[in-house]
Amino acid sequence: MSGKVPPPLADGSANRLAPPVGPPAPDVAHSVVHRVRYGRYVSVALILVVLALIVRAFAVGKIDWPVVGEFLFSSLMLWGIVNTIVLTACAMVLGILLGLAAALMGNSDNPVLRGTAAGYIFVFRALPALLQLLIWYNLALIFPVIWIPGIVEVATTKVITPFVGALLAFGILQGAYTSEVIRSGLLSVGKGQLDAARSIGMTQAQALRRIILPQAMRVIVPPIGNETIGMVKFTSLASVIQYKEIIYGAQAVYYANGRVIELLIVAAFWYSVVVAILTYVQSHIERHYNRSQAPVAVQEAA
Amino acid sequence: MPDIVRIRGVSKWFGQFEALRDVSLNIAEGEVVCIIGPSGSGKSTLLRCINNLERIDGGLIEVGEEIIGYRLAGGRLHELPDRLQARQRSRIGMVFQQFNLFPHKTVVENIIEGPLVVRGMSREQALAEGQRLLERVGLAAKAASYPGQLSGGQQQRVAIARALAMNPSLVLFDEPTSALDPELVGEVLEVMREMARSNLTMVVVTHEIAFAREAADRIVFMDHGRVVECGPAEELLARPSHPRTREFLAAVRK
Repeated sequence: MSGKVPPPLADGSANRLAPPVGPPAPDVAHSVVHRVRYGRYVSVALILVVLALIVRAFAVGKIDWPVVGEFLFSSLMLWGIVNTIVLTACAMVLGILLGLAAALMGNSDNPVLRGTAAGYIFVFRALPALLQLLIWYNLALIFPVIWIPGIVEVATTKVITPFVGALLAFGILQGAYTSEVIRSGLLSVGKGQLDAARSIGMTQAQALRRIILPQAMRVIVPPIGNETIGMVKFTSLASVIQYKEIIYGAQAVYYANGRVIELLIVAAFWYSVVVAILTYVQSHIERHYNRSQAPVAVQEAA
Repeated sequence: MPDIVRIRGVSKWFGQFEALRDVSLNIAEGEVVCIIGPSGSGKSTLLRCINNLERIDGGLIEVGEEIIGYRLAGGRLHELPDRLQARQRSRIGMVFQQFNLFPHKTVVENIIEGPLVVRGMSREQALAEGQRLLERVGLAAKAASYPGQLSGGQQQRVAIARALAMNPSLVLFDEPTSALDPELVGEVLEVMREMARSNLTMVVVTHEIAFAREAADRIVFMDHGRVVECGPAEELLARPSHPRTREFLAAVRK
């Protein structure tokens, strides 16, 4: 390329405006040579080596893989998955309901409601999950009998089964965390939306249900999705109070046959499956709540 | 014409700040009243008090036959429950400076939301009326769009259609063109002029003096939470009697 003489103008006359000498203008016709990314090749090589070492370690290590296969679909494990999912779902539903109630109370202009919400959130976030689980499960030591005059009178131990104990512990704990998520979601919706909803004659409840909450969902759903995935793993603590979830199933088997690592690998496999499915579901739900924010071209094509 | 709005000795405090002091104003049925004044003079607050988006601290506002937010019984004012306050608001339309359209709903869903949820209208009827209102504001083709896909002027026209969908006897406009790019102001004012001709009662807080002169029956000038003066549009603009009004008009005409 000639850097010395500027290219002639379209009509063939010399281009006198461009400087006659100086750095050459880039010529689009030239092919481009990218610099070599050595760092990339090095890191790929390193990662492949480490991966190969890990795979080899598991292959030659003292893991009896046929045993893993043997118990992968054993009925104790399959029931464990079902119980894990049931507890996760129930605890999240309870947590979201309590969280919504606490969030609405926290945003209220009634100081009694605000204080109650703040106290609830403080207490249940302050204590470790395992401690709360043990307290709920041992409720009978505080109140031997659950007694509502004229309606029920039963022994507490009959009511607080491992499932109920775990549900109360995780649901109430989750509510304390979820209320903060929901509260920030509600605050993310502009004040003008409530004004507009009230101006067309909606009551506070109608405005909340039809205008505010659907918009708050965009902010609320991603963290709740994460917390649901967290809850799947939290439920493993319930094995401590004999709730028959995945870990409990694995332990029940390895106490009998001594194959500890093999059964823990089975448990790890099933937790990954459940979490993978939930991650997929979460991405779909997020897309649903984002639809009015989609780019113009996509919307018009739809 | 009988008065549709009677504001009597209204005061409103935000903490230590007196936003409205002893404001009294009557508005006749079918009248178009523009409220002008410097920012912070209480214009928007007065508007928000008329449909009870803000609670007043003293005085009384009547719209039609009803006292806003209260019921008179046994010589005392009893605060109305949420449901009845909402019903009073449903008969008063409001158009906001920032449009406040519902971004998660399409244009036509924005308009039929009130008729469906508040008035309990059937979906077909609400859709038919919604389409008719969209034609009236010149946006029939945008029914299925989302607010985020429209220009500011189009959004404000949708917001006007949403207010009209409740079939209000009175429509309040809170600086409806202040958030718009200059070239989009005209289309919104055009829709408002058409509404003014249709014998709707309108109260418009605005900085558009030209619009006020042409469309308003009366202009109210407010300053420091008070009504300073009030009179027929031409007269108030041509011969303001109060020095504060003269000062303000001179400033905005510059």
